[in-house]
Amino acid sequence: MKRYTWLGLLAAFALVLAACGTGGTTTTAAPSTTAPDGETSTTGEGPTGEAGQGGNLQLLMWQAPSIVNGMLSNGTKDTMAASLVLEPLANFGPETEIIPALAEEVPTIENGGQAEDLMSVTWTLKEGLLWSDGTPVTAEDAVFTWEYCMNPDTGCTQSGAFQGVESVEAVDDRTIKINFTAPTAYPYLPFVGAVSPILQKAQMEECVGRADQCTEQNNYPIGTGPYKVSNFVFEDTVEYEVNENYRDFANGKPFFGTVTIKGGGDAEAAARSVLEIGEADYAWNLQVAPDILEPMIAAGNGQLFVGFAANVEHLNLNQTNPDSEPPSEWMDGNNPHPVFHNNPEFAKALSLAIDREELTRVGYGVAGKPTCNVWPSPPAVSTTHDWCLTQDIDQANAILDGLGYMDTNGDGTREHPEFGELIFDFNTSTNGVRQSFQQLIESYWGQIGIGARMRNTDASVYFGNEDGADNINRFVGDIQMYTFVPLPGGQSHFAQYTTAEITGAFNNYGGSNLVRYSNPEFDALFDQLSTTTDQDERNEIIKQLSDLVVGDGAVIPLVWRASASAFKNDIKGYGTLNGWDSELWNIADWYRE
Amino acid sequence: MGRYVIRRLLLAIPTVIAIGFVIFAILDLAPGDPTSNLPLNIPPETREQIRRALGLDQPFVIRWLKWMQLMFINEPLHMIESIFNICIGDCENRVRIVSWAGRAPALDIIWGRLPQTLWVLGTAFIIGILIAVPTGILSAYKQYSWFDNVGTFFSMVGFSVPTFFTGLVAIVIFAVNLRWFPSIYDTTHHVDWTDWNSILIQIKQMIMPVAVLSLFNAAALTRFTRASVLDNLNEDYVRTARSKGLGERPVVTVHVLRNSMIPVVTLIALQIPGIFAGAIITEQIFRINGLGALLITAIGQSDVPMVQTLTFIFAVLIVVFNLVADVTYGLLDPRIRYD
Repeated sequence: MKRYTWLGLLAAFALVLAACGTGGTTTTAAPSTTAPDGETSTTGEGPTGEAGQGGNLQLLMWQAPSIVNGMLSNGTKDTMAASLVLEPLANFGPETEIIPALAEEVPTIENGGQAEDLMSVTWTLKEGLLWSDGTPVTAEDAVFTWEYCMNPDTGCTQSGAFQGVESVEAVDDRTIKINFTAPTAYPYLPFVGAVSPILQKAQMEECVGRADQCTEQNNYPIGTGPYKVSNFVFEDTVEYEVNENYRDFANGKPFFGTVTIKGGGDAEAAARSVLEIGEADYAWNLQVAPDILEPMIAAGNGQLFVGFAANVEHLNLNQTNPDSEPPSEWMDGNNPHPVFHNNPEFAKALSLAIDREELTRVGYGVAGKPTCNVWPSPPAVSTTHDWCLTQDIDQANAILDGLGYMDTNGDGTREHPEFGELIFDFNTSTNGVRQSFQQLIESYWGQIGIGARMRNTDASVYFGNEDGADNINRFVGDIQMYTFVPLPGGQSHFAQYTTAEITGAFNNYGGSNLVRYSNPEFDALFDQLSTTTDQDERNEIIKQLSDLVVGDGAVIPLVWRASASAFKNDIKGYGTLNGWDSELWNIADWYRE
Repeated sequence: MGRYVIRRLLLAIPTVIAIGFVIFAILDLAPGDPTSNLPLNIPPETREQIRRALGLDQPFVIRWLKWMQLMFINEPLHMIESIFNICIGDCENRVRIVSWAGRAPALDIIWGRLPQTLWVLGTAFIIGILIAVPTGILSAYKQYSWFDNVGTFFSMVGFSVPTFFTGLVAIVIFAVNLRWFPSIYDTTHHVDWTDWNSILIQIKQMIMPVAVLSLFNAAALTRFTRASVLDNLNEDYVRTARSKGLGERPVVTVHVLRNSMIPVVTLIALQIPGIFAGAIITEQIFRINGLGALLITAIGQSDVPMVQTLTFIFAVLIVVFNLVADVTYGLLDPRIRYD
C-alpha cells in the first residue's frame, strides 16, 4: 500500500509532463514555395530576384490579432493582420491620396467613373486578378462582400464604410457599380482602405449571418494580397507565406518569403525587442513615454517613425445643460449649457490658458504635435486659431474679466451669475497620459480662476453606450476628453457636428454629435461639402468647418496624435508611415538590405 | 473510500452549478461593453447591430439558461464527439460558447493555449518541487547550518521579490546585455526530440521564465517542507527509532519523511490548478501568451464568454484538486479514514 501511493503520485506528475510533451506540438504547414523561372523586379531601387527570396520578416504587435477577417475586425490590430491577405479596390496613401490596389484606376468625374449626379461610382478591376486559390476575382465578390457585411446577423464591424450605399452591382465580371442613396461627392469609403476589403464569395458564402460558425474561414481567408495565412494562433501568432497568385509575384514581390506577427507583452517590451535587442524587424503602436524610448533608440538597431492621420486629442464642451432633468438633452436647442453655449470668448480663455507644447512633450513626445484644429491634416489646415499655440494666461484672465466673471467671494474661483462657481465636471478614460493631462489642465485653469472636478472612467465603460453610465455617448457632465479617429475625406468627421446628428434619448443615443453643437451656418457649409468634388474646394470648406467648430467654442483641440512604430535599420522600402491605412499596406515593397 | 469519493463527486455538482451562476452573474453585472474597444469612427448603428448579433439584447435569465445549456450540455457533448470521433444528434449545427473577439469557440482557443502554459508553468512547478523538497529536508535536518542559512536567504528573496521584477532583471541581463536568450517566446516552435538544435531552442526560450517561476514556487514550498520536517524530527517516535538502533538514513527517509510529506503533498495538490490558470504577469513579461495572458486580454476587451469559460474551468479544477488532495491525504495517513 505504502509504495503504491507514491507510485500513484509519480504517475500523476508523469501525466502532467506527458501533457506538456504532446501538447507542445502545434501543426505548422510549411510547404516550399516554387517560384516561376527567371523574372526580375522592374520597379525602382528595390531588390532584384524572385519573390519570396528574403526569408522571414518578424513583426511585433503587442496587441495581438484576434481574427484575420477584416470585416469582423475588433480594431486596428485585426485590420492590419488582414491587410496582408485581403485587399480593397484602393488604399489610402500617407497623405490620404487614393492609390489603386485591385482597381485599374481611381474613378473621378473627369474619367467618367463618378456619375455627374454624384449618385454612383464605377470601379474597374485590374485584368487577370486571381484569388490565392487560383480562381479569378470578379465583381460578384464585391457585391457579395457588401451583402455579407450588411446582414445584421453577421456582426460585421465595418458596415460604416457602406453608410449611404444603396446597392452594389456587378455590371460585368470586372465592373463594380456602387449606388448611393444621396449625392456623394467623396465616394472613396466603400471598398477603399484596409478596413473595407473584398472577401471571396466562394469561401465566405456559407458564413453570411453566422460568422461565429466560420472559424476556419475567418482565420484563413482567401485573399488577393501578397501573403496568405499559414498558421493562426488566437491573440498570439499569425504566420504568413507568399501568395503565388499575387499580381506582382512575377515582378519579384513580395521580397519576404514568410511573415510572422507575434503578439503579447506590452509596448515597451516590443520597442526593446526591435530597438535595443534587434530580435524583431518591426514593432507597432509604441505608445511609450519619451524618456524610456530615447535610450532604446540610442542603441542604434533601429528607428522610430510616426504616421499622422487626423486623430486629435480634444476637449468637448457640452453645449446642453447637464443639470437639467433629463440631463444633457438637446430639446431642439431649448436646453443650453449656461456657460458653454454661445460663449466663444469663454472657450477662448480656457484654450489660451493651456500649454499645448508641454502637454505634447509630456504625453506623446514625437508622436504628437500641438494643434488648434479639429482637422489637422494638410493641406486642409486652417491657421485662423493658431493663437492657441502659445499659452497666454494674462490674456485669458483679461477675457474672463471682460466677460464679468469675477471672483467676488475670494475663494480663488471665478463666479458666473447663473452657473455659480466656475467649477466644471471633467471626465475622461482611465489612462496614464490622460490623467497627466487632467492634472496639467487643472493647474493651467487654476491660474485663471477656473476649477475642474477631475474624474476618470474605465475605457470599457467610457467608450461604451450603457444607460446610466459615464460614457461619451450620454455625456452627462461639462467637459470630456478623448481622441477622435476620422475617416479620410472629412465627410463623416464633420457630420458629427451637424444638427441632424445630435445624439439624445429621442434617437436612443444613435447620433454622432456628442457635443450637441448646432449652427445653421455650419449645417449649410457641410451640405456644400457633401456635393463638392473638387479637392481644392473641399479643402477650403474643411478649413472653414474646422474654424466654425473651434471658433464657436464647442471643441478645444489639444494634440494632433500620430501612431508610432519602430523599424530595424536593415528593413527598407516602407516609405512614409501610413497613418490613414494599415501600416502594412505596402508590405509587398518591403525588403531587407 | 470508494463511497466517499462518489459522495464528494455528487456534492461537487451543485457546487459547480452554484459557482457557474456566481461567475455568470458577476460578469454580467460588471460594467463594460464589448463594442467599447472598436475604433471611434465606427458609427453607433453598427455598434448596436453588433450588440444584437452577440445576443446582448436578451434578458439576464434567458442568457443564463442558454449559457448553462452551452456549458453543461453542448460543450461536453462536443468534447465526447471529438474524442471518440462520433456524432450525437445534430452535431453539425451544435452551438458552442463563442469568443466575441475571435468569433471562434472559446474552448478551442483555450485548448490551443494550453501547451505553452503547461510547458512553462508545468516545468517550473516540477523544478520548484525538485528544488524545494530536498532543500527543505536538508535545511531542517541541519538546522542553523550554513546550508540552512543560505537556503533561508534564497527562499526569502524568492518569496518577497515579485516575478515582474526578477523577470525584467533577467531580460535586461540575459537578453539585452548578454544576448544569450531571446526575450520573445516563440509558441509555434515545434520541438523535434531527435534534433538537438530544436531542443536547444526550446530550452533557451524557456530558461528565463522557468527560472523566475521556479524560484518563486520553490521559495514557499521550501519553508513549508522545512517547518514540517522540523516538527517531526522532535517527535517521540523519532527518538524511539533512533534508540532502537536504526541508522540516520532510514530514520529520516522512512520515518520522518513520510510523516512530514502529508501536508506538503496536500499543498502541492492544491497548487496544481494554478498551473492551468497560468501566470498572468510572467506570461506577459516573456510574451508566452498562455492561459493567464488569455484571461487578462479577454478581461481588457470585455470578451465576456471567454472570461466566463476560463474562470469556470479554473473553478472546476480547484474543486477537483481539492478532492484529489483529500484522497491522497487519506492514502498517506492511515489514521484518517473517511468511511
